[in-house]
Amino acid sequence: MSLSEIETDVVIIGGGPCGLFAVFELGLLDLKCHVIDILDRPGGQCAELYPEKPIYDIPGMPVVTGQELTDQLLEQIKPFNPEFHFNQRVDALERQADDSFRLVTDDNQVFRTRVVVIAAGGGSFTPKRPPLPGIEDYEGTSVFYSVKRMEDFRDKNILVVGGGDSALDWVLNLLPFAKQMALVHRRDKFRAAPDSVNRMHAKVAEDAMQFHMGQVTQLHGNNGQLEGVTIKTTDGEIHHECDTVLPFFGLTMKLGPVAEWGLNLEQNLIPVDTEKFETSEPGIFAIGDINTYPGKLKLILSGFHEAALMSQAAHKIIRPDEKVVFQYTTSSSSLQKKLGVR
Amino acid sequence: MAKITYIEHNGTEHVVEAEPGMTVMEAAVKNSVPGIEAECGGACACATCHVYVDPSWKDKVGAREDMEEDMLDFAFEVEDNSRLSCQIKVTAELDGLIVKVPEKQF
Repeated sequence: MSLSEIETDVVIIGGGPCGLFAVFELGLLDLKCHVIDILDRPGGQCAELYPEKPIYDIPGMPVVTGQELTDQLLEQIKPFNPEFHFNQRVDALERQADDSFRLVTDDNQVFRTRVVVIAAGGGSFTPKRPPLPGIEDYEGTSVFYSVKRMEDFRDKNILVVGGGDSALDWVLNLLPFAKQMALVHRRDKFRAAPDSVNRMHAKVAEDAMQFHMGQVTQLHGNNGQLEGVTIKTTDGEIHHECDTVLPFFGLTMKLGPVAEWGLNLEQNLIPVDTEKFETSEPGIFAIGDINTYPGKLKLILSGFHEAALMSQAAHKIIRPDEKVVFQYTTSSSSLQKKLGVR
Repeated sequence: MAKITYIEHNGTEHVVEAEPGMTVMEAAVKNSVPGIEAECGGACACATCHVYVDPSWKDKVGAREDMEEDMLDFAFEVEDNSRLSCQIKVTAELDGLIVKVPEKQF
């Protein structure tokens, strides 16, 4: 089912620091933004990879963590009320006859916009696929990287692999549905919440499920139907029968559908000019880690600069008849009004 | 300078001169050693710079810290001598170090 179409000035693909700051710069020019991100929250790599790690090269902030920077940016862009669409990936981007763009996400949300800003960093975060031979043949039939409907797992003989919160949560949540449940993790320490770990151990003690310490090394089955796996444990290899495997090994970045949008990629990066940070397709801009140009540095501060210049060019496309008078937030009453400080 | 040998899964050796202070991951990336991806850039946040330390060097390289141990959950075919190369600092004592690069980073 297709949701109702959303019309906006700008769609920003990627809610990392550059995408967030683009909302600010576009907002100062009265341009309305929708931000789409595959993660379930804003911040991109800052939130996903290093929320608690310090960043030392944000101008004016001697030290700030990835999460703090994200939070500060969200505070900064609040006056512009950006609308976020999380857990969604843009699958299609097409230019329309009137030079606007039509975007469709994997949730079938459709956007119509004049300008697209790709701020997708290293690409979209996708679940890591264990490098087990032949695993592709089982994906979608016996191997799943996420659980959309628990009912789909009723009466299955499930093996969950991993030691974080996703792994433990799904062990406990799917246990009532499963015919059999087992967990494999490479060691006896878990990164998951201690309460979940205790509950899992209790279930093992009750014989409601199994726990194997080890690593899955082989998948066995036919025609996409899994019949079992080989688990390498410290005591040697064991065969474990199961028809469903849920591996939870975190996320990795993959370029994804961006590669199919005709943007003349160079080594998985989008070439742009350094005046407007526009791609080879007029109206499609790329800022932050995903773009490339002579001298490019993959720094957050470079992405901020790119966002500011891109916004000027985006404004010319969206409001061709309006002249932008350059103003400072320090002194301009109209900018201060937009920021809600006056 | 410390000499580090990276052995690819197919047996190809890469000998690199590393400056003390940099990490074994950085020395690999700087010298374009294949198989060390270091997706997160050295933040101990991705497990794509996984290496196997040659057994004769295991003690000199030292033990994993908790965060690295956690992150190794995201690596594939973890062994006793598995390390994340972004967490090994090059020192003069590591001159001659040998590490094996796994067939695949996750």
